[in-house]
Amino acid sequence: MSILDLTAVELGKKIKAGEVTAVDATKAVLEQIKALEPSLNCYVTVDEEGALKQAEEVQKKIEDGTLTGPLAGVPVAIKDNMCTKDLLTTCSSRILGNFVPTYSAEAVLNLQKAGAIILGKTNMDEFAMGSTTETSAYGETKNPWNTEHVPGGSSGGSCAAVSANECFFALGSDTGGSIRQPSSFCGVTGIKPTYGTVSRYGLIAYGSSLDQIGPVAKDVTDCATILEVIASHDPKDSTSVKREDCDFTSALVDDVKGMRIGIPKDYLGEGLDPEVKEAILNSAKVLEAKGAIVEEFDLSLVEYAIPAYYVIASAEASSNLSRFDGVKYGYRTKEYEGLHNMYKKTRSEGFGAEVKRRIMLGSFVLSSGYYDAYYLKALRTKALIKQAFDKAFEKYDVILGPAAPTTAPKLGESLSDPLQMYLGDIYTISVNLAGLPGMTVPCGKDSKGLPIGLQLIGDCFKEKNIIRAGYAFECSRGGYEAPELAEREER
Amino acid sequence: MSKQYETVIGLEVHVELATKTKIFCGCSTAFGGAPNTHTCPVCTGMPGSLPVLNKQVVEYALAVGLATNCGINQYCKFDRKNYFYPDNPQNYQISQLYLPICHDGWVEIETAGGKKKIGIHEIHMEEDAGKLIHDEWEDCSLVDYNRSGVPLIEIVSEPDMRSADEVIAYLEKLRLIIQYLGASDCKLQEGSMRADVNLSVREVGAPEFGTRTEMKNLNSFKAIAHAIEGERERQIEILEDGGKVVQETRRWDDNKESSRAMRSKEDAQDYRYFPDPDLTPVIISDEWLERVRNAQPELRTEKLARYQEEFCIPQYDAEILTASKHMADVFEETVKLSGKPKEVSNWLMTEAMRLLKEQEKDAEQMKFSPAHLAKLIELVDKNVVNRTVARNVFEAVFNEDVDPEVYVEEHGLKVINDEGALKKTIEELLEKNPQSVADFKAGKEKAMGFIVGQTMRAMKGKADPAVVNALVRELMSR
Repeated sequence: MSILDLTAVELGKKIKAGEVTAVDATKAVLEQIKALEPSLNCYVTVDEEGALKQAEEVQKKIEDGTLTGPLAGVPVAIKDNMCTKDLLTTCSSRILGNFVPTYSAEAVLNLQKAGAIILGKTNMDEFAMGSTTETSAYGETKNPWNTEHVPGGSSGGSCAAVSANECFFALGSDTGGSIRQPSSFCGVTGIKPTYGTVSRYGLIAYGSSLDQIGPVAKDVTDCATILEVIASHDPKDSTSVKREDCDFTSALVDDVKGMRIGIPKDYLGEGLDPEVKEAILNSAKVLEAKGAIVEEFDLSLVEYAIPAYYVIASAEASSNLSRFDGVKYGYRTKEYEGLHNMYKKTRSEGFGAEVKRRIMLGSFVLSSGYYDAYYLKALRTKALIKQAFDKAFEKYDVILGPAAPTTAPKLGESLSDPLQMYLGDIYTISVNLAGLPGMTVPCGKDSKGLPIGLQLIGDCFKEKNIIRAGYAFECSRGGYEAPELAEREER
Repeated sequence: MSKQYETVIGLEVHVELATKTKIFCGCSTAFGGAPNTHTCPVCTGMPGSLPVLNKQVVEYALAVGLATNCGINQYCKFDRKNYFYPDNPQNYQISQLYLPICHDGWVEIETAGGKKKIGIHEIHMEEDAGKLIHDEWEDCSLVDYNRSGVPLIEIVSEPDMRSADEVIAYLEKLRLIIQYLGASDCKLQEGSMRADVNLSVREVGAPEFGTRTEMKNLNSFKAIAHAIEGERERQIEILEDGGKVVQETRRWDDNKESSRAMRSKEDAQDYRYFPDPDLTPVIISDEWLERVRNAQPELRTEKLARYQEEFCIPQYDAEILTASKHMADVFEETVKLSGKPKEVSNWLMTEAMRLLKEQEKDAEQMKFSPAHLAKLIELVDKNVVNRTVARNVFEAVFNEDVDPEVYVEEHGLKVINDEGALKKTIEELLEKNPQSVADFKAGKEKAMGFIVGQTMRAMKGKADPAVVNALVRELMSR
């Protein structure tokens, strides 16, 4: 068994035990990156030199006993919308093609304090807008299970990198499903925590009221461990929550006896691929067999989630992205006449089509005369969706369903029909609108051999419920399955 | 002009708050640093940075709101005002539109026309923008973000004012209230207080307001008064010619003493306001509000009454002493040290005011310490210096804040009470002026005054006039 097949926690233990070093692990993963990047394109930036330097320093600190945590010496990939000091941070956009931050995101700092080694920055949909990682200005990422398919998005680079062993774990961000959907498509585990659990300071905002950073890894144990490290109350983020219950690993217990699990009927209806549906219902049966009480129920309002989400996220994005103007940093058009021409040309050339579409949509719904009809109504819908979940969580500890209606589509299929692509977010979006924690756990494959993800949703601040359910499921399912990477042998 | 017109004026007043740090980050608000030295990722709009509200801003806004009889929105929010301009690093300004912190207040003003209440529509908190500097030589513009994120409150009045006098009285009133609260120094020239004037005219008795214009860039009371007169004339002229006033923003040019149109309502921007998702709502608890209420310092109106009551200072004097927060502070501090309110008031009302006028300074610019004035009063009281000398000593205290005791010592200004020396000088003078003695004896009191004056001059003014008087009378009467 290769060192690359270890989970993050397993690797951390071996490093601590002196069986391998942080440098060994970093070198191995850098080699894997070199071998696979030409076919997968998971990364925008690989910091080979920096990673090796960090590995040496961390190894020393592990040996002298200053670093003792579970992630010390473990190489990690960071989604390219999180600021990393002195390391290019592009959001997979041309407009930030030369942007080197002067500071690191709080979540990244938390990882570095724990001794994780930053390998580089992973590819994503431009400014996290998309569900396939095809809107990146730096080329699409391919699904390691089948390179003709997309990895999902927007954290497609992070999820594909974990799946292809191009890192031991990764950070992603989730505004409408951007961790959970690509985790499902790539057969990895990912958590979107309760809004406010991980600091957003240094995360380049898409939809500020919905964005949340979370872990992507090979199993539930890794995810719980990573979340424990990155969760923190940050006075620099006004929406950061002070939590006393961040000992997520304490929920890694193979016991779901008496756990009440609800499956929204609304999540099993039209549009759901039958193979995905079967895998989800089978997973529910696994948990039921372990003593959980599983039943179907009506969640309601599901059909309103997508329009509400696209109104709110686009409105916030239209304002959040206005700072990219060619004045202070990033791309500036070469030739221009006067300030307004500079703004127009810079932004026309700097942003891709999907980003422009959402900026226009967001500007429209906020404009005078439309604000009440669109933005305010969407906020009210958001509140109603939260109420529907509140009601459901009076009855259930965990809500179970698919993470996406299908397995990974083929490259090029989605972008031609954006509305269809938006509809693919139906099972993930309401979780962001309600601020809830959600997790994707691999639960099978379709007939094409593509992974299917099970989504577990908890009430606010109840990550432990979904971690426990996910862990119990995983114990029965068996360990992590990696894709066969045909390309590796071919070269 | 055949018709009678009435001017209707409302003001939007921006006040820079006196916090040490900016509204949404820990950077210094100090004025005059090298460009872009008081900046961080937050106030330069770096990607991924987030705002965190400075509580002191809320407290100052509350203090001003309470002092202007406003209602307080105990649940208030920040909104983003979206517009592109390079001095605004995020291309949106964080302000308050939907739920401003204070609303529906008033202040009372007094003009020649009597007392009047001016309504305050709302007060909201917001961030200031940076500064653009155009480099003529390089033909490019540079941005200094030191001012970006400095906290402001905007006080929006109702359209209750009818003349430039009322506008000035209203601004003076606001300035005094805010200075007394310590919330800002309110200097128009330095931009820590800025007023935009909304003005329309209508025929006297008309039920509806006319179309208004907004005037910006008014840096002094004088500019405000001139701009109001000019704009009133301009609008009336348009109406008299049968035209229509266009709703627009106009910019005042101080050098040309006239305004010109900046932009009309048609090209007014749609700011696409929406609640800032990076900031949580500001919840002002009853306890917090009470704490601010209890910490409110004594305001001018209360001080004015107290000075008359407690110190028996005439109303006119009390008004002058309280017309500046700093003057009132100096007065009270000196009274506390000397226990002589009348005496302190006299020094400030006569000597300090005279010097301020001569030197063309504001009361805020007085630098001397109350302890030194108190000491000078003591020196006079104990007859260590006489009043004439004391006036010169006061000037030194006023200008250089010298210690009067040391100064008197160093300059040998003590009253000469040595009777022997005095007697000798007077006798010499009498010898030289036998005619004066003769006149005095003939009943001409004036002749004595001449000798007293000569004696004081010979003693370089340091003699005690009462002693000199007595001694001269005694010696001349022999």
